[in-house]
Amino acid sequence: MTAGARSVSVGIDLVQLSRVEESLATFGDRFLRRIFTEGEIAYATATPSLTAARLAARLAAKEATIKALDLAERGVGWREIEVTRRPSGAPALLLHGNALAAAEEAGAPALSISLSHEGDYATAVVISLSKENS
Amino acid sequence: MIDRIRKILKDHGRLSKDAAVYPEDGDLYQAGMTSHASVNVMLALEGEFDIEFPDHMLKRSVFESMAAMRDAIAQLTGDKA
Repeated sequence: MTAGARSVSVGIDLVQLSRVEESLATFGDRFLRRIFTEGEIAYATATPSLTAARLAARLAAKEATIKALDLAERGVGWREIEVTRRPSGAPALLLHGNALAAAEEAGAPALSISLSHEGDYATAVVISLSKENS
Repeated sequence: MIDRIRKILKDHGRLSKDAAVYPEDGDLYQAGMTSHASVNVMLALEGEFDIEFPDHMLKRSVFESMAAMRDAIAQLTGDKA
């Protein structure tokens, strides 16, 4: 889809909180350290009652970003896609390494993210909007 | 090696098909493996084969089939497994 000279792509993913709890029970610290950055782990574990929801939303965000930026065959580490928080508390995306390189090759599109969770599910939507004339 | 991969898929892949008889080159995503399940499969493979998948191998195609996983593991182990 195009909006003028700019192109838009979207990614979405849905993750089950109970499955995240299973992953934590099965793989423990390895699941955390392999998939999430230190900042994401610190935020998710700061409120134990919300840890599974926050991890699930962030896992969904990483997958949604892979879809929005078409990174499935790029070879991108999970930790290279990081969910941070703006001063307002709203989530933002911070790319590193190969994920950042891929985004720059694609013209450094603006990325927008939204997270939500309810009951046993968390979801994330990522929108990528290219710069004008790219 | 395929039998060990089948066991991991049975335990972690959440497939809608029977991992014991699913074709080696069959598409696991078509068989119901979600992105989260593929993460669990990756972690289980790393534990089973004492390997770590480098970032550049974290591609959908590497985890798309048992045959693709076998080839990736063989590459990482020097075919010792």
